[in-house]
Amino acid sequence: MSPLLHVKGVETYYGNIRALGGVDVVVEPGEIVCMIGANGAGKSTLMMTICGSPQARTGSVIFDGQDITRMPTHEIARLRIAQSPEGRRIFPRMTVYENLQMGASLDNLKYFNEDIEKIFTLFPRLKERQSQRGGTLSGGEQQMLSIGRALMARPKLLLLDEPSLGLAPLIVKGIFAAIKKLNEEEGLTVFLVEQNAFAALKLSHRGYVMVNGQVTMSGGGRELLANPEVRAAYLEGGHH
Amino acid sequence: MVYFVQQLVNGLTLGSIYGMIAIGYTMVYGIIGMINFAHGDIFMLGSFAALIVFLILTTLFAGIPVVLALLVMMIVAMLLAGLWNWTIERIAYRPLRGSFRLAPLITAIGMSIALSNFIQVVQGPRNKPIPPLVNSNYQVLGISISLKQIVIIVVTAVLLTIFWYIVNKTPLGRAQRATEQDRKMAALLGIDVDRTISITFIMGAALAAVAGTMYLMYYGVSVFTDGFIPGVKAFTAAVLGGIGSLPGAVLGGILIGLIESLWSAYFSIAYKDVATFVILAVVLIFKPTGILGRPEVEKV
Repeated sequence: MSPLLHVKGVETYYGNIRALGGVDVVVEPGEIVCMIGANGAGKSTLMMTICGSPQARTGSVIFDGQDITRMPTHEIARLRIAQSPEGRRIFPRMTVYENLQMGASLDNLKYFNEDIEKIFTLFPRLKERQSQRGGTLSGGEQQMLSIGRALMARPKLLLLDEPSLGLAPLIVKGIFAAIKKLNEEEGLTVFLVEQNAFAALKLSHRGYVMVNGQVTMSGGGRELLANPEVRAAYLEGGHH
Repeated sequence: MVYFVQQLVNGLTLGSIYGMIAIGYTMVYGIIGMINFAHGDIFMLGSFAALIVFLILTTLFAGIPVVLALLVMMIVAMLLAGLWNWTIERIAYRPLRGSFRLAPLITAIGMSIALSNFIQVVQGPRNKPIPPLVNSNYQVLGISISLKQIVIIVVTAVLLTIFWYIVNKTPLGRAQRATEQDRKMAALLGIDVDRTISITFIMGAALAAVAGTMYLMYYGVSVFTDGFIPGVKAFTAAVLGGIGSLPGAVLGGILIGLIESLWSAYFSIAYKDVATFVILAVVLIFKPTGILGRPEVEKV
């Protein structure tokens, strides 16, 4: 089986500054894969490079057998790669409902009514807030909305950038449980980057470790959890 | 009292025209954060297109019903102005997107000069009059309202309703608002941002062209410099109402129309523009974002 996402030797620059120095990542269909690493390691840059914004300077990104390295961002999105990006990027002056409609733009709202019910079951809080403007939500609610909006696109590949950032542990648990459920029941493929290494590795089938724009380690989720180097750098003292 | 109400009607008519032009400024500013200084000239161009269509129609089909003539004038003007504004965005603004903020501003001024000079060259520098299209006058409680004024106010109201509907209720409008609020995120959701921006330019130009047609019908004359003063007034209207806000643009337009006509009626007509801009300055001192503008700070 060919991988759903194959990032090959990708280098990304901001001006003359190299943010990614030859990254290789493989995500098979039906997997949950995580990338852990410290703040500034280049995790978010990798997520955005997959979506073509910025584009990789060298290397290639293959999705579903198709080279998407030089494709414009909106066309990549149309291949059903949905992202809940860094900073959540909720449309602040649109209501929660409209934000979810935006998520469903690809199908022109064809499955909207059906899908929004699913999102509301997953995140009942969003239902209560549906006519409120996105900018007035709390951080946790915005995170739920951002994930919900990505799911509205019926993605083949869901990219999550720090889904646990700024959230109470209980809510993180809920969100991770929701991701696991979608993966197990609907075979949703997920690639997430996280600073919260413990929760992410526990959730994932496989994981990568990124340091200064390069992948330094990879392996099964449990295997990395047990790895002494990973424990020392990302887990001990850090996990809640 | 009658005189006052009369001036209100006149001001409202003029304000409707300013409001329609102002929407083009405000939408473009909202979506790409630049002032399209060529927009006033797009308005002038729309007015010329309407004039030319009028001449063709009256030559080829003498006795054509006025309503039909106006409709054709409006539609052709909308199409042409849309095409022009689309082209301007493509060749002069899009290549500069992402460069420093002054660059598109300077090309916009360049485009404005280019357009008005182009019309001066191909149409001549003199006023181009047309015979009055719509003549009827009505007396209501001593106030004289011309059919022209009614047409202008009704056309404005109808178009603004359509426009409001598109922006607030359709997928296109959602895409426009999303692009305005976060261009990168809109692209991540599959929105073709370039196309959305192009459509915004076309929509703004179409409204300006309708305003141009109305202006031609109201004053019966077009001249290549028309883009400047009404353009600046409409820009002022957009700023006064709060740049980026659609209802603000309309409100600003109407306010400026009213200020102008009331000032001219009770004080000196020579100072009407001074009055307009003084009021703008005062409003901006106390409310820098304009009347309906939103404060820049936002919860992240």
